[in-house]
Amino acid sequence: MTDTAHRSRKTEVPDGARAGQLPPEVPLVLDATDVSVSFRGTGGRWSTVVDRVGLGFERAQVTVLLGESGSGKTVFARSITGMAPFGARVDGTAIFDDRDLLKISRRSLRTIQGDRIGMVPQDPNSSLDPMRRIGGQIIETLEQHHRVEGRDAAHARMIELLTLVHIHEPERVARCYPHEVSGGMRQRVAIAIAICCEPELIVADEPSSALDASVGVRVVQLLGDLRDRLSTAILFITHDIGIAALIANQPGDRVAVMLSGRIVELGFASQVLHNAHHPYTRALIAAEPSVSVARGHLAVVPDEVRSQRHWSDLIPVEPGHGVARPLDNAEAGVA
Amino acid sequence: MNTVLAAEDVVKSFGAFTALHGVSFSLERGKTLGVVGESGSGKSTLGRIVMRLLSPDSGRVWLGGEDLLALGRSQLRAARRRIQLVPQDPRNALNPTMTVRQNLYFQLRAQNVPRKTWASTVERLLDQVSLPPDYLHAFPHELSGGQAQRVAISRAIANNPDVLVCDEAVSALDKSVQAQVLNTFADLQASTGVAMFFISHDLAVVEHISDDVLVLNRGRTVESGATRDVLADPQDAYTRDLLTARHLAAPS
Repeated sequence: MTDTAHRSRKTEVPDGARAGQLPPEVPLVLDATDVSVSFRGTGGRWSTVVDRVGLGFERAQVTVLLGESGSGKTVFARSITGMAPFGARVDGTAIFDDRDLLKISRRSLRTIQGDRIGMVPQDPNSSLDPMRRIGGQIIETLEQHHRVEGRDAAHARMIELLTLVHIHEPERVARCYPHEVSGGMRQRVAIAIAICCEPELIVADEPSSALDASVGVRVVQLLGDLRDRLSTAILFITHDIGIAALIANQPGDRVAVMLSGRIVELGFASQVLHNAHHPYTRALIAAEPSVSVARGHLAVVPDEVRSQRHWSDLIPVEPGHGVARPLDNAEAGVA
Repeated sequence: MNTVLAAEDVVKSFGAFTALHGVSFSLERGKTLGVVGESGSGKSTLGRIVMRLLSPDSGRVWLGGEDLLALGRSQLRAARRRIQLVPQDPRNALNPTMTVRQNLYFQLRAQNVPRKTWASTVERLLDQVSLPPDYLHAFPHELSGGQAQRVAISRAIANNPDVLVCDEAVSALDKSVQAQVLNTFADLQASTGVAMFFISHDLAVVEHISDDVLVLNRGRTVESGATRDVLADPQDAYTRDLLTARHLAAPS
């Protein structure tokens, strides 16, 4: 690898997923390049939470962002959709429809967020208004984004959306308050709101982790089903390898593994989940509890991997699959 | 048989809602009973009843041969030392204004452990959960979720209890951290012979850690027996549903 290529700060695999899979003219829904996010800590020092991360999202493709709490996955997803947490300094670009979401005004952002980019939150309890009926909340979003004309059309579309997310008695559920339905149902309603404007990209941040296992699985399956029907790009954040395998179930789907704000492995789901190269990804896969592992012998992430500060850009190991290698301080250019 | 904890026909209602409709089980020394079910199935209620934090409407609970429900105040205090809770969220369970050492001392005082031995005991306790003694000076907010959970476990085992009640003790943790804590539980059980009443909604975890399993659905036992048998050939539709979810979300 040449020196310039090595310095290239893009995380996207060179000769990678995009180039290998689809002709370059396939437009990306959202193209995040070189995104860094830092926060000012106590004492005024900036600490970098996301470090030069780039990811592109194609239509009808699931990209799973896999990592532990604190790895920066939520901050990255919020930043590239123009919802960086208060006080964050965001560098890089996030191009959506020829506009950089990191630079445009709040007013312009509002025409994109909720309209062309949908969000599915982790906890539907905090995104739904407890004081309003479910149907009214969906209609409000439709009206906000001028998606319907007139009350009858709005009502019909709202029922159609509830049916789309597999709610069996949409008329009854529409009249319920959020607390009157189960957690899984609330999450379906949150998904209905996320997809009501037929977004080009859905960002789903741990949508199943607050739910019971079997309910969560159905919610994830629903999202996969909607991807097929609506050809939406999905950025799916999770810490659970099993859930990652469940949602990224088509040949073009990708998994990006995030560790301490860097993407350390990126490739098609089959490559990352079945042929992981990075020690961290391998440890995550081996940490999955199972009967076949003797008690007391589940794998844990090795300390030297966890404490490693600097990782290189992704180095291709096979077409579409890149892995970062550890850098010492000299290589990383740190005194 | 070396039964340390058993329940027979436990019924508990909250107003018009019946949380448990006659649940029975028994747990032997050195074994783990996995209690599985979704939210609202009654698993935590059962956990609270076996610690007698709640009293059942009917039914009986035995802790090491004693009828837990018949005990008077002082006997109950003594009995509770033999059954300890590992909570879901250790950050809420540890006193945030106390260091790890003070948190553990607080427990040792409550358990009437002679003060002279406290200093050496807390070091041994941390060692048992694979934490270096440096952490004695840390406050709970300075610990990661996995470290805080291990402190909570060390506090629970401070006086060699017979039973640990683990209520979703690893559910709030990331998978890789969860693996460490599960290893800690297994090591402890191997070295001390403590029995575990392990409540979880995660079938994969229960499959890994339990000898026996009790599947609850809406307050009723729908399946129970040796973990391998139950999960290899589930008789109940609800267990099959949980298993399907587990297999769908398996990384293989």
